[in-house]
Amino acid sequence: MLQVNDVIHLALTGLAQGCAYGLIALGFVLIYKATEVVNFAHGEFMMLGAFTVLAYSEAMGGSFWPAFILGCLTIGAVGYLIDAQIMRRIIGQSSASIFIMTVAFGFIFRSLAGMIWGWKTLSLSTPFVGKIAINADISIGTDRVSIVVATVILCGVLYLFFSRTRFGIAMQAASQNQLAAYYMGIPVKRLVSITWAIGAMIAAAAGALLAPVTQVDTAIGFLGIKALAGAIVGGFGSIPGALLGCLLIGVIEPFADFYFPAIKGVSAYVVMLLVLFVRPEGLISQTFQKKV
Amino acid sequence: MQILFKTRYEDDLKFLARTGEKVRVGLVVVLLLAAPLFLQNFYLGELGLLLVYAIAGIGLMILTGHTGQVSFGHAAFLGIGAYCHSILMSHGVPFSLSVVATVLLCGAVGMAIGRSASKMHGFYLAIATLAFLILVETLLGEWEAVTGGHGGFKVPKLVVFGQPLTAVWQQYYVDLLCVFAVVLGAANLFRSPTGRSFLAVRDSELSARSLGVNVEWVKVQAFGVSAAITGLAGLLLAHHLTYLSPEVFGVLESLKLMLMIVVGGLGSILGAIFGAILVSALPIAISFLKDALPPAIGQQAGLEPLLFGVIIVLFIVFEPQGIYGRWMKIRYFFETFPYYRKSSFVRQKSYLKTERMR
Repeated sequence: MLQVNDVIHLALTGLAQGCAYGLIALGFVLIYKATEVVNFAHGEFMMLGAFTVLAYSEAMGGSFWPAFILGCLTIGAVGYLIDAQIMRRIIGQSSASIFIMTVAFGFIFRSLAGMIWGWKTLSLSTPFVGKIAINADISIGTDRVSIVVATVILCGVLYLFFSRTRFGIAMQAASQNQLAAYYMGIPVKRLVSITWAIGAMIAAAAGALLAPVTQVDTAIGFLGIKALAGAIVGGFGSIPGALLGCLLIGVIEPFADFYFPAIKGVSAYVVMLLVLFVRPEGLISQTFQKKV
Repeated sequence: MQILFKTRYEDDLKFLARTGEKVRVGLVVVLLLAAPLFLQNFYLGELGLLLVYAIAGIGLMILTGHTGQVSFGHAAFLGIGAYCHSILMSHGVPFSLSVVATVLLCGAVGMAIGRSASKMHGFYLAIATLAFLILVETLLGEWEAVTGGHGGFKVPKLVVFGQPLTAVWQQYYVDLLCVFAVVLGAANLFRSPTGRSFLAVRDSELSARSLGVNVEWVKVQAFGVSAAITGLAGLLLAHHLTYLSPEVFGVLESLKLMLMIVVGGLGSILGAIFGAILVSALPIAISFLKDALPPAIGQQAGLEPLLFGVIIVLFIVFEPQGIYGRWMKIRYFFETFPYYRKSSFVRQKSYLKTERMR
């Protein structure tokens, strides 16, 4: 049976994991809100981010922060180019084609990463080592705390960006009605590409911060699917909803793994399917039925 | 160009209206029937596998291409079909009974998924089916008492009506029979009110509903039919694999099915068959490519998924109608020679289709 301390420990770990999912889901939701494309390759952006940061940090002799910033910028550029060169061409095609396209990108990225960096698991050395003791029995790794802190900081920055800056408000306008935004003189195409870049940068940051927990591997992109599940539980249309859903998934997961070891690792999907059965639009809905 | 002159109402219902189509289809049927006469066993086996994938492709095509519901989880139905059939047969259930039971089970599971999916749309559905696939794969691996878990499950020999059909050509004819049945059935479906309502739901749920189509029920039907056909493909696939393990029916297999219908051409039965040909030819082409390329590139582990991905991306960007669309253009070029213009098939201006209002 679980002791109180175990429960607190599991909940804390789950919360940190949920924040990690939330960090990935942020990028998903941003891109979705701007272009209505669900980027199934987002987990692969994260994986690429972890690998690039690792490569930069090895090239620069182990310093983490410069490598982190360079890595994020590189992946941001990749995201920008993907939209500007490819995704823009297929606007208006059936959503099936677009999903399949992003899934295909995921496979391409994973194969390329495997070819460049090998299929073995690597580890990235970060400044976040050691544990923070909360009381005599409970302690939580600094790497996990760093994820929570990063999620909070990024959410705050994004909130300020979207509500205060001219750029952010233009992005909101473009996401609400592209045609009207065009008429107002907003460069919608460039904004959409920049949204992709921001989404990819967040994913890369998540990948680098998660590296001590998950290690660096070509398979960590599958975390993206779990983040997607979390975002769906909360409702995909809104950032707070998605974050809430990810936290929920993160906290439920360790307990579900403990009580139902048979479905270890897939409990997130069970929760998601259950939620979708009851509320097909997620807990916080953003879709409206068109009336004639 | 042949002008179709319709004199009877039944002319609208013909499967093959034009003489050219009749000749081509007849030729293909004759070639397929005669294939065991001139093909070696290896290529005959590959051809049988191609036919099985064509069935699975038609199954997914009915759902995604004709009804517009994206499913990333169709490998799950393939897996359920394969396992259910093998388990039933190893318990002594005769082939014919086992096939019926498997197809019915897959159809029922599909309808259950469709029931819950009828309220979802777009990517919610895609991700829900993906989750379903991951769950089924986990279940097949964990339920060791019945499925043999990750150790694998040996598929019993193909015995039809007490007659063991173990030779490659015998198995090939079983596959071929199923393909004919499925193609005829699918073609027939799309000239019936049920099939027409599938197309209506794909093109616009709103207008379909306005015309009195029960959209939810149509989605349930489409899922059921699609899952049943894919289950049939799964049980035939089991006999080709001879040894089942859960990893075979994973995400990569689903991507393969998706690749088939997208590259083949969404929204046509012929497209699914083109896609199956491509998917079957690709591994052979890749193995040739591996020998031709320098070993540093050719021996890389991820070459196959990389090429799959690149082909999908190139097709969606440059030929969204798939091989079927290209085939239509070539045919149109010859039929209307010399009037074909490049702009005949240029896409109209397109806008972002929003899902937030539907």
